[in-house]
Amino acid sequence: MSQDIKIKKGLTINLIGEAEKNLSGAPRSRTFAIRPAEFHLRIPRMMLREGDRVEAGQPIFHAKDDESIKFVSPVSGVLTKIERGAKRVITQLLIEADPQDTFVEHGALDPKTASAEAIKTRLLESGCWPFIQQRPYAIIANTEVIPRDIFISGYNSAPLANDLDFSLQGKEREIQAALTALSKLTSGKVHVGIHKNSNGVFNGMNDVVIHRVNGPHPVGNVGTQINKIAPVNKGELIWTVAAQDLVIIGELLLTGRFNAERIIALAGSEVKSPKYYRTKIGSEVATFVYDSGIKNENVRVVSGDVLTGKSVTLKGHLGYYANTVTVIPEGDDYELFGWNKPVFDKISTTRALTFSWLNPKKKYDLDTNTNGEHRAFVVTGNYEEVFPLDMYPLQVLKACMVKDLDEMEALGMYEVAPEDFSLTEFVCVSKQPHQEIIRNGLDLMYKEIG
Amino acid sequence: MGLKQNLHKLKEKYAGTKMAPAFNAIHTFLYMPNETTRSGSHIRAADDLKRVMNTVIMALVPVLIFGIFNTGYQHYAAFDESMRLAPLQNFFTWDNFMLGLWTVLPLVLVSYGVGLAIEFVFAVINKHEVEEGYLVTGMLVPLIVPVDIPLWMLAIAVAFGVIIGKEVFGGTGMNFLNPALTIRAFLFFAYPTWMSGDKVWVHGAQEMAGQPDAISGETILGSLAQNQEVVYSLSDMFFGFIPGSIGETSTFLILLGGLFLIFTKVGSWRIMLSSVLGVLAMGLIFNSVVNAGWITPGSNFYSLMSTPFWQHLLLGGMAFGIVYMATDPVTAAQTNKGKWIYGFFIGFISIMIRVFNPAYPEGVMLAILFMNVFAPTIDHYVVKGNINKRLKRLKVKTA
Repeated sequence: MSQDIKIKKGLTINLIGEAEKNLSGAPRSRTFAIRPAEFHLRIPRMMLREGDRVEAGQPIFHAKDDESIKFVSPVSGVLTKIERGAKRVITQLLIEADPQDTFVEHGALDPKTASAEAIKTRLLESGCWPFIQQRPYAIIANTEVIPRDIFISGYNSAPLANDLDFSLQGKEREIQAALTALSKLTSGKVHVGIHKNSNGVFNGMNDVVIHRVNGPHPVGNVGTQINKIAPVNKGELIWTVAAQDLVIIGELLLTGRFNAERIIALAGSEVKSPKYYRTKIGSEVATFVYDSGIKNENVRVVSGDVLTGKSVTLKGHLGYYANTVTVIPEGDDYELFGWNKPVFDKISTTRALTFSWLNPKKKYDLDTNTNGEHRAFVVTGNYEEVFPLDMYPLQVLKACMVKDLDEMEALGMYEVAPEDFSLTEFVCVSKQPHQEIIRNGLDLMYKEIG
Repeated sequence: MGLKQNLHKLKEKYAGTKMAPAFNAIHTFLYMPNETTRSGSHIRAADDLKRVMNTVIMALVPVLIFGIFNTGYQHYAAFDESMRLAPLQNFFTWDNFMLGLWTVLPLVLVSYGVGLAIEFVFAVINKHEVEEGYLVTGMLVPLIVPVDIPLWMLAIAVAFGVIIGKEVFGGTGMNFLNPALTIRAFLFFAYPTWMSGDKVWVHGAQEMAGQPDAISGETILGSLAQNQEVVYSLSDMFFGFIPGSIGETSTFLILLGGLFLIFTKVGSWRIMLSSVLGVLAMGLIFNSVVNAGWITPGSNFYSLMSTPFWQHLLLGGMAFGIVYMATDPVTAAQTNKGKWIYGFFIGFISIMIRVFNPAYPEGVMLAILFMNVFAPTIDHYVVKGNINKRLKRLKVKTA
């Protein structure tokens, strides 16, 4: 049974600096970092102290509210620093890496024969659990609840995103193992969305339902696929796993080792030779950014794609979930009469003296300027053009802003993650921070309703 | 560049002070700010609110220029009826333009001066940025008032409209009534003699009332409401060589403005189209009432009811209201389905008021204000449909 998805609403953003399909190994990073803020709402409780030795795959901390959710070191080395911010919140853990990794050995586990309980235990103790996200609330999955379904997007439609057909090739065994394992953990199905013309790794996989998707961004976002395949109802819980993380899960099951290796796309208009790199979770981005070279120092380095990624500096580290690093120019400059002169070099969904509609295929070099100031919501109807979910985006945002829990629930907050609002944020004339509004709304619901 | 750096230094100096919003309003008018994305999406589309509002103003400029010429033309034609025989030759003349400019420009200046001053004061008090909404409102106001309205009257109305119609609710984006129409309605109810009748539509008519060479200029709707004969041809009506509020007369230019707004995606085509449908529907109903013989030529309503249904679009402020007023995104329905309903009833109710209210034969203003009030209710039920769908999905699951 295949249920295909075709959407019309959306916007594909074409940017300069797409990663060339050419894989290099990045030099090994001296330090690795983990930022607990990426594990939203899961507050870390340290299991090690500063100066302790760690093996690759050894737990460093666990979640405060659930001890079984462990977070492990991507490499072996020494935990040199626990950086804390305001109210002693842990902001970053720094690990000085050994030249060669030594791994914690869990032993192989055949997902075909293993029981659901054994698989779950293995994922938890090995530190693979954080790769499993749940909806509602878009956080690391609750360990107690069996998910209704599991959704995986095998297609990235975000601007300059990692082409999974390229970066996952050769990983069929690992991915199949992970999919088989996951299929035992749900009462429903494992749904995988792949591009209509994809001939990548997911073709012919067992234990999954393949959906061929087609249309503009955000068709590759797992949230869009969930909404079109089987939306999350109140009281239901589903899991999502990012495709590149299946490789780590699969390798763990097959070899017993947590191998944090990841193939990332280094892209963006400021990168001299954008291409793919083999690196590890938490590496210094400088190891591959400077290997490729950048054109300018005044840049925004994003761990992730430009719509949903996190800003890290050139001295920063690759995020736990990122499979793309994008480098774009900072836009911290003034533009004379920028608000009324005709615009040819920026993207717009209107035609208000903006001319990107003339050539939809053209690639743009966008910077981080907001192109205007923050305002109250005024314009209506433009979010709907880029928002394919069956939901009223403006009304959802407003419900979040006024913290109306009943309204948020009724309008479908259980179904969404902040990334689903990245395009509405991009086109927003009032320059409202949509993803932040949704994140705060989800946090509030989690706190009040749980 | 020197100016850029100097302004940047001034911005740093004013940052955090009370005057910051006022300074920023002027600064951002010159330069798009150096603000970069801080959370969420790292890139943003090119449009901001200034650009959107500016697009509406561009769509209004032809109407304003035509209104300036028409002011002069109506004045001179009132003395020399023969001018009306060849409107095109006698319309775009220097005399018309200068007279119109001296009459209309003060209205524009007062509208912007008073309105923006209030916006700045509220921005400073409430410590928010000066929002661009008034740029459009300030342009709309002079276009929807009679030419000879005293400036003090306009100033009071603008102050009322901006403060009570908008700022008390929190400024642009928070108001539920169209501010320009609130200003218009205030004038209409506070100074009715200046807003209707046959003496207000032509420059100079009010001053000369009672003199031997007095002039008058009844609008077409006024004539129809009194069952008088209409002296203007259809092409006069379409191109706008008729008396009326400054900007409302040229259906042709308004149509072009409307197409421009639809093309730029700034104005909602759903609202415009559904409003036109509403007008035609109500017009057809009245036409068929006349055809059925239920209304006799002696009736008060006969002339307006028997006006061919499509001609209503050419008369009065109908076209102007549909294109520039009904589409105000803040006060219109916000859902796409809601916009269809909202627009349809604006057209429908406008014609109803127009026909049944002989004292004030223009219903667009009241119809739009009325639907402004109902827009949130319409949206509520549209959104409710989506909510119910979600609940139903849940019930199917659990059943």
